[in-house]
This record gives sequence, C-alpha cells and structure tokens, in this order.
Amino acid sequence: MIVIGALVAVSAALVYRRDGIDGVTEILTHDLSLFGGILPRVLAGCLLGAFIAEILPHEKVSRSLGPNSGLKGLLIGTAFGAILPGGPFTAYPVASALLAVGADFGATIAMVVSWTLIGYGRAVAWEIPIMGTDFTLWRIVISLPLPVLAGALGRFVYVRIYPKGEAE
Amino acid sequence: MSAALLIDIILWGSVAAVGFIAFQRGRTVLTTSLREGAMDFVNIVPRIALGVIGSGYIAAIIPQEVITGWLGPNSGWLGVLTAVIAGAATPGGPVVGFSIGAVALKAGGGPPQVIAYVVAWALFAFQRVMLWEIPFMPARFVWFRAAVSVPFPFLAAAIAMAIGKP
Repeated sequence: MIVIGALVAVSAALVYRRDGIDGVTEILTHDLSLFGGILPRVLAGCLLGAFIAEILPHEKVSRSLGPNSGLKGLLIGTAFGAILPGGPFTAYPVASALLAVGADFGATIAMVVSWTLIGYGRAVAWEIPIMGTDFTLWRIVISLPLPVLAGALGRFVYVRIYPKGEAE
Repeated sequence: MSAALLIDIILWGSVAAVGFIAFQRGRTVLTTSLREGAMDFVNIVPRIALGVIGSGYIAAIIPQEVITGWLGPNSGWLGVLTAVIAGAATPGGPVVGFSIGAVALKAGGGPPQVIAYVVAWALFAFQRVMLWEIPFMPARFVWFRAAVSVPFPFLAAAIAMAIGKP
C-alpha cells in the first residue's frame, strides 16, 4: 500500500511537471469516473464471495475441488472461471472464498487463470473492441488448454513444496 | 444493450440468486454473509481507490513506444521474452494493456509476440497482482499462482507459431 502510494505520488508529480495541472486533473477526473463506475461491481463481488463462502457445503467443495479432485476438479475450476461474471472485484473474492472452503491451490489456479484468459467479461468489454474479433478469438482458442495445465502444474509443485499439506 | 450492462445484470442476478439461497438457509446465514460482504467491501475500497486513481498516473509516465518497439515478427523467441517482460510490467487497466497490444500489432508486431504480451499481461501484470490480487486473496496463493503462470505466455506463443494463427 505504502509503496504503491509513493509510486503514485511520484508519477503524479512527473505528470504535473510534464503536462501541468491540466494533465493531472484530466487523469484524475477520468479515473474518478472509472472508480465511481466500478464501485457497485466491487460491492456485488464482495457480496457474491461472502454468500458463496457461506452457502457452499465445505465437504462437497473439498471433494470436487480439493487436492484429490484430479483432472475433474481442474476442469470444474476452469469452467467456473470461464462463466464467472464481473471483473477482478468478483473473481478474486470468489477465489478467496473457494480456498477458504476447501478448494486446493491447483483448482483455484485453474479458476483464476481461466477467468483471466477465457472469461468472456474482459474479452467482450475490452479486447474485441480494441484488438479486433479475429485476434481475440484466436487468442482465446490458443488459451483454452492453459488453465488446466496451470492448475496441474500448480498442484504438481504444491505437493512438492508442502509435502505435509501445510494448513493455511 | 451494451456489454457492460449485460455483465452488470448477470453479476447482480448471481448475487440475488446466491442471496436467495442464503435466505432459504435461514435469517442468520443471510445476515452473516451480508455483514461479511459489507466488511470486505469497506476494507477494499481504499485500496481500489488508490489503485484505480493511481494507475492513470503510472500509465501516463511510461512511454508506450518503449513497450511496442521490440516485438517485431522477426524478433523470434527474444521478442517473445521481451513481450512477456513487457506484459508483466504494463501498468493500468484493460484499456492500457489491450491498447498497447493493438498498437504493437498495427505497428508491425508479430502475432505470437503480441499473444505472449497479452497473455503475460493477463496472467501476471505486476501492478494488478499488487493492487487487486493481494488485497483479495492470501498472499501466499497469489505469489504461488503468479510463479506457476510464468511458462504459459511462452506456451501460447509456441502454439500461435505452430498453427500460424492469428
């Protein structure tokens, strides 16, 4: 937090020196409106995470997404990440909730990676308009196997770093 | 109907759906989760404020041509490596990352390199990891996930080279 705060202050000072006060206020207004726009989604994400943590049956999650869930767990994580609505403010609280109720690192990695790479939210809202449909679709096709591979690699490394299944 | 509105509807629809399930489990389940969700929200808002408002300034002082210069189609694996590092270093929100990718593509960047850039940026852009992932998730998980993700932009570039698309 402090490092980022300092970084932001230095950057703002540099913008001020280069563009004057107009440059600083222009970025500020733009980012403030962006901030106002995402606040409701942040609230929705936090609520979604809290509800999911509360209503998901722990034994069931650890069975279907836990360390012994195998390829199926990774595929469920991938599918879940791909259909999860909203931005980082939704995906990360939900991922955190899954970890808390018994999903292992592998399945949660599959979910987070799937959400960033093949989730439709960012692709529809930003990537298609900016990068074009052709690039975006090929990029997604190429990315399809990656969440499962990342989750499998995560699981493979995890059991070697924490052989005793170290608690949180 | 705009995509953003559609996403908002799906998002709040999901909140309402899981909220209804919680309500059916009983009033305590509902109020507990509402309180926890609200507490998370209150804790996270200042960090997001700093991240969103600050990222504009950070993005403004990084010259984009530095990032786009090294990704030409003949740059090969060195270009891919550069793209991955550039992706990790790119600050700002989705607009910044995709805009740089689009500029690189238009300025003659090779598609595998641009794929590597976009995938690396999506997987472990440093600023997003710091500002978004760390506040929401256990730090140990975040670093672990980022480390495990390192090979995948290279794999994506390799697949792009192999299939000759996009």
